[in-house]
Amino acid sequence: MAQTLSEQILSRAAGRPVSAGEVVTVNVDLVMMHDSLSPSIIRVLHEELGAERVWDPQRVAVVIDHVAPAASVQTAEKQAEVRRWVRAQGITHLFDVGRGISHPVLVEEGLARPGMVIVGSDSHSTAYGCVGAFGTGMGTTDIALAAATGRTWFRVPETVLVRANGRFRPGVSAKDLGLKAARLLRADGATYAAVEWHGVEFLSVMERMTLATLSIEVGAKAGIVPPTGLLQTVPEWLRVEDGARYSRVVEIDLDNLEPQISAPHTVDNVTDLRDLGRVAVDVVYLGTCTNGHYEDMAAAARILRGRRVAPGVRMLVVPASAQALQLAAEDGTLATLLAAGATIGTPGCGACIGRHMGVLAPGEVCLFTGNRNFRGRMGSPEARIYLASPEVAAATALTGYITHPQEVVDGRYLEL
Amino acid sequence: MARVWIFGADINTDQIVPGRYAPYMLKNEDDLRKYPFIEHRPDFAGNVRPGDIIVAGNNFGCGSSREYAPLALRMVGVGAIIAPLFARIFFRNALNLGIPCFTADLTGKLRDGQEVELDLERGRIHTDDGRTLQLPPPPAFLREVWAAGGIVPYYRKYGRFPGEG
Repeated sequence: MAQTLSEQILSRAAGRPVSAGEVVTVNVDLVMMHDSLSPSIIRVLHEELGAERVWDPQRVAVVIDHVAPAASVQTAEKQAEVRRWVRAQGITHLFDVGRGISHPVLVEEGLARPGMVIVGSDSHSTAYGCVGAFGTGMGTTDIALAAATGRTWFRVPETVLVRANGRFRPGVSAKDLGLKAARLLRADGATYAAVEWHGVEFLSVMERMTLATLSIEVGAKAGIVPPTGLLQTVPEWLRVEDGARYSRVVEIDLDNLEPQISAPHTVDNVTDLRDLGRVAVDVVYLGTCTNGHYEDMAAAARILRGRRVAPGVRMLVVPASAQALQLAAEDGTLATLLAAGATIGTPGCGACIGRHMGVLAPGEVCLFTGNRNFRGRMGSPEARIYLASPEVAAATALTGYITHPQEVVDGRYLEL
Repeated sequence: MARVWIFGADINTDQIVPGRYAPYMLKNEDDLRKYPFIEHRPDFAGNVRPGDIIVAGNNFGCGSSREYAPLALRMVGVGAIIAPLFARIFFRNALNLGIPCFTADLTGKLRDGQEVELDLERGRIHTDDGRTLQLPPPPAFLREVWAAGGIVPYYRKYGRFPGEG
């Protein structure tokens, strides 16, 4: 019987054909943990489970990205504890301060590959769907169990199909598709299900990550882009099959898609940017595993080139990874951003979790390229967060209010 | 008697415990008990009593994978959470910590602050105005995990995961 991508991957991992609705135990290919939860994972692993070692030190990746570099004595101390543990366990895949956010880093390092089952201590672990992996987020206890045993359990998810037709117009990008999907599916539209994103094979791996990370914002267990057009080797058993069953199909017409904006305080509170009134901003923040990639910095730089960020606006750029920052430095993107008046932070999660590097004050408004605009997410609960694409971020930085990219590029719009 | 705490729809983990109050950020991790709903409902942590019940709207616990959100609720003794739909990571985390979660829509059927009695075994709520509300029984494998006290005691007891033959 034809299977969805999730059913194919979980069948291989379970060692038998499985289908949506079954509860199965599977082997995991990779376990990711980050600095924020590693101390508690280590405690559960040793003290509660009584395990002495992780099941395979080559298949556990530890990333210091959530508060990197450390912002306090407490976080510095806990990071030091994690580094000591990594050495004692013989774990070789430690990605320390400045290497970047776990999700792009594991893809860049070739650790996340098509067809894998990857569990991470971060809800945006759906990101690994950008290379056709079944990636999912879990909490402390589940990650400790997976790290100790190399296994976990799942209810095999139904699949919601998002099918994109056509091509983006200038100034519109993967974020707009992801937000449009959230607008149609709503925050709970894919809870307990997986999302497959079809019709987006023209996107780069990191643009696919924008969609894969936004999958959790509609509640999804995994968000998978079919692995076509990748540099990685794709297992021959992994492909979209005719007749696979989808619990719901959503069609999105890219040719007519407008820039989308998600207004406070839920991700699915989305409208066409054209329908938003005039909203002045204090901060434009470009970063995160959703839109802090090289492509995102380059898209912003194309709009900012030769111009300056509006007076009174702070533009923060926090690259998703060191590799993204390196690429931006090599081709002049970084120089363009700096010349426009943006400032650059250490690659990592930055202010996305409201802990450091750009925390918001009461009353402040932020145009954010990230994935969550929950009240209090980036600092004060009295701050307001709007989510949009890097193109909208750049246009907004130039004017000081949330701006359609078309407005600032005038006649050059079509050449974007 | 337990008291009912009513919450709306789409309560996210940043509302349950903001990332700034994570154990990772605290000098004393036991302080986590002071922070459930610190910004969303500041009267909660100081007044909740062991055994109290959270009755919420749709999509409870959406957002991040932070297990310290349900952990904070366990620290103050929350006896059960009832919502029409739980976000999946929250549901797993709560299950793993042994917090009973019932998938049921009781919005409008109970008042905030109402005194009730929860019969976990039979999945029933007896209200102070004489009504009995039946909760749908969770799947057998979930009941087994609760009965063991969470996923770690379950795994240590059976040496396997739920659904593993």
